[in-house]
Amino acid sequence: MTGKNIGKITAINGNMIEVAFKQSVIQNEVGYVLVAEERLKSEVIKISGNTAFLQVYEITKGLKVGDQVEFTGELLSVTLGPGILSQVYDGLQNPLPALAEKYDFFLPRGVVLDALDFKKKWHFSPLAKKGDTVYMGSPVGWVPEGIFKHKIMLPFNLEGEYSVESVIAEGDYPITETVAVIKDAKGQKIDVKMHFEWPVKIPISAYTQKMVPTEPMVTKVRIVDTFFPVCKGGTYCIPGPFGAGKTVLQQLTSRYADVDIVIIAACGERAGEVVETLREFPELEDPRTKRSLMERTIIICNTSSMPVAAREASVYTATTLGEYYRQMGLDVLVLADSTSRWAQAMRELSGRLEEIPGEEAFPAYLESRIAEFYERSGYVELPDGSYGSMTIGGTVSPAGGNFEEPVTQATLKVVGAFHGLSRARSDARKFPAIDPLESWTKYNGIIERDKVHEAHRLLRQSNEVHQMMMVVGEEGTSVDDFILYLKGEYLDSVYLQQNGFDPVDAVSDPERQSYVFNKIFEIIKSDFRFESKDTARQFFNDLRQLTIDWNYIKAGSDEFDKQEKAIDKHLKSGNAEAAGSNASEKEQ
Amino acid sequence: MKKVYNRILSIVGNVISVRAEAVSNEELAEVRTRRGTSLAKVIKIEHDLVSLQVFAGSRGISTDDEVRFLGSPMKVSFSENMLGRIFDGSGKPRDKGPALTENLIEIGGPSVNPSKRIIPKRMIRTNIPMIDVFNSLVVSQKLPIFSVSGEPYNELLARIALQTEVDMIILGGIGLKFDEYMYFKNELEKGGALSRSIFFMHTAADPVVEGLMVPDLCLAVAEQFALAGKDVLVLLTDMTNFADSMKEIAITMEQVPSNRGYPGDLYTQLASRYEKAVDFEGAGSVTVLAATTMPGDDVTHPVPDNTGYITEGQFYLRNGRIEPFGSLSRLKQQVNADTREDHRAIMDGMIQLYAQYIETEEKRSMGFRMSDWDKKLLKYGGLFESQMMDLSVNISLEDALDKGWEILASCFSPDETGFRSELVKKFWPGPKDGTEDQKAKKRSEKAEK
Repeated sequence: MTGKNIGKITAINGNMIEVAFKQSVIQNEVGYVLVAEERLKSEVIKISGNTAFLQVYEITKGLKVGDQVEFTGELLSVTLGPGILSQVYDGLQNPLPALAEKYDFFLPRGVVLDALDFKKKWHFSPLAKKGDTVYMGSPVGWVPEGIFKHKIMLPFNLEGEYSVESVIAEGDYPITETVAVIKDAKGQKIDVKMHFEWPVKIPISAYTQKMVPTEPMVTKVRIVDTFFPVCKGGTYCIPGPFGAGKTVLQQLTSRYADVDIVIIAACGERAGEVVETLREFPELEDPRTKRSLMERTIIICNTSSMPVAAREASVYTATTLGEYYRQMGLDVLVLADSTSRWAQAMRELSGRLEEIPGEEAFPAYLESRIAEFYERSGYVELPDGSYGSMTIGGTVSPAGGNFEEPVTQATLKVVGAFHGLSRARSDARKFPAIDPLESWTKYNGIIERDKVHEAHRLLRQSNEVHQMMMVVGEEGTSVDDFILYLKGEYLDSVYLQQNGFDPVDAVSDPERQSYVFNKIFEIIKSDFRFESKDTARQFFNDLRQLTIDWNYIKAGSDEFDKQEKAIDKHLKSGNAEAAGSNASEKEQ
Repeated sequence: MKKVYNRILSIVGNVISVRAEAVSNEELAEVRTRRGTSLAKVIKIEHDLVSLQVFAGSRGISTDDEVRFLGSPMKVSFSENMLGRIFDGSGKPRDKGPALTENLIEIGGPSVNPSKRIIPKRMIRTNIPMIDVFNSLVVSQKLPIFSVSGEPYNELLARIALQTEVDMIILGGIGLKFDEYMYFKNELEKGGALSRSIFFMHTAADPVVEGLMVPDLCLAVAEQFALAGKDVLVLLTDMTNFADSMKEIAITMEQVPSNRGYPGDLYTQLASRYEKAVDFEGAGSVTVLAATTMPGDDVTHPVPDNTGYITEGQFYLRNGRIEPFGSLSRLKQQVNADTREDHRAIMDGMIQLYAQYIETEEKRSMGFRMSDWDKKLLKYGGLFESQMMDLSVNISLEDALDKGWEILASCFSPDETGFRSELVKKFWPGPKDGTEDQKAKKRSEKAEK
């Protein structure tokens, strides 16, 4: 382009500025506000006549009317290439550790650092050869990135067929090196480097087809995997009032979920929580690979005190990086905490634009934006016949914990599983506080559906008895009903509840889950008879105690078997007790 | 060059507007009226039309009063000389001491780089069992106290301030009643803490808008002291007043309100203050405790609701006690593993039983017959409330844990409590596993009743 496209600020309102421009301006293009030495990144969000409205991704303190804005002609983009894994970025892909090295404790304004290290050398091995026909997303080679084969792909904006002219020989190169040259139908040559830019708000779709997610994504949280499973490539949401354990649940999932890559988008939440991940993950071992967990993690961190507009961008940054790795045939999990903060960022902006507000002042396009975001997930078949997936899990922080609010409702319309957290359960310290009666899923999990349904029905019946007891009292309840109630409570406390801070109990792999579930399923299906409610309560208290102790023992150990025998023995004693009144028993 | 304008175009609420050029966003100005001089801050610029929020309020401003732009955003002095001093909401001395003008720092500075934060690991002991045992306070935590007006939240804040070991205390009052202000002053004086305290006091009698600066002033100063290696405790009371002032300005500026009239950026505004709580690697720390009154005891009110999502937990103050339900310290897991091995078990176990007690209590109040189990729970609930929850209980964490086991043992047999067997073996007072003589003891207790 000849000459820079420069505009002038005419108005400032919070993080929104109005800019008068002379040349042309593209919707959603990036502009930089030039103030003293600083360059403040901003994005065009509305154009009216010769005025462009820009949201500034930084604090607007000190800006003046008349300050210059330089338009770039590029949409807001991220850099894709090897070196993204284990990075900690802000919402605009600025690497935070590098910023800290340079500027110490505080985040300076108007600083943009390279998202990737352009000097580091990677060991490149070619996959394509001269004469091959390639398309967007076709790998021309790969470099090892941690434990993964990071495929070097044709940029996703190349439409049509290309033929490979040359590929560089195996060796160590920086990402700026031209690793292949390709030619289009007209014979025009294009250099392929190890990195390229991609606009974050446009989904990457260099796959053959999208498939229905069917393979369960194991999280090792019992209530999720058994009762409300999520599939690879699916979507789920975790709404809940504050303090109900959303973040703890997300953290557990990010640690133990059975996927290749986890991308954590800390969107407008507490910095402290990100810090935990940041400091602990490098020390933790990935159970699958025995390497540091950080090697498979990317953190996009735009905490609540960081500029609000960048918060809006951060979820798109996270999904774009996820889609990029999905293109390599990997299973990716994107955790967004919290989508409500993202929605609020949209609301703030909408208010500044003086748009007509929808419900609770959220903009009218809230629903479609949420749907677009979750739709970027998916299980896809790639051109080379392999499969990749991106699962999206978003937390929702509904005002007052009331699910009847716009963000929760819009989210529920588009997700495949709903893990609703309840204040009542978290108050009673029943963790994870996923409400088993309200939550639902559309996916199949690791345990037979019928059994799960039956267990679920028991929980419902138990709850009904409980509700009834609240009205008529314990004495007004029959012993049979009371036993039903105790069974439900038992299932709840030994299976649904899980101690996320205990090294053994926190991680329940599928084998253990199905083994324990079948055992407990047998118990709750058994026909118990007791003389009185007190003996029944005593029996179940003891049984609960034994089973909880069992949960804390490593599977496969002698102790594990010993404890199981103790449970069996206790069950027999229960049956013996029951035999006093009625000897009909047992179906095991 | 200072720019002076003396044609005020509009006065709406506490916001005035003038036509001016080369004014920067959030710049400070002085408004000179017949009653004196007030500070004002630029909050919106549209071409040459500049809107300013006047800290002293717009009452008495004349359209030909003088507006003088100062060329810089709000700053506050930072030095050791501030200790023991009392300032008002615009940073001017409220006591008889001299105004401080050296070493000015900007308020509302940039956010801390998350990768430079460290995981908080230092527990703050308060000797209040409901805090130490059940919801331990941690250095660099940000925690609000949710309460209805009339609850002794200021007393609680003062007690925490005096009993905890910090290097200094910064107290920010927003819309504080005069007698509450004096109460803090006297309490800290009595406890000998005044010389390590700094007050930024905005009382209910001062212009509303002036209170808006108080949290920023407190936190900017606290941050500087923390960088200099001090552990600083910041007390803010009451943040609901702060939010209400923001609401007032937002409505004056004709912003679209989001929820009950509060501006859409309430969350962001509150968060940018609370997030100043930090533990600097190799330097000091800032811990923030803030009182937030809940209008109508409604936790879903926008202010406590948004606050709860920002802070690392919350204490509910109800009937003069810290409620065990809902009260939560999110950072407690960072510290309570290393205190004593039974800490976490007691913390969860006692609350679970207390939850059952509450249920039983409901049944009882409806006139249901009480089973033996119910009676045990009732006894437990009573003991728990009087010996643990009462705010007058002032014992160390270890004593409180012992007391916990004592209460449990006097009400239940071990198997009824659901504690892990190894803990019961180690800590359960008296004979274990509900043997005969324990049952006998219980029977005799029952007989006494």
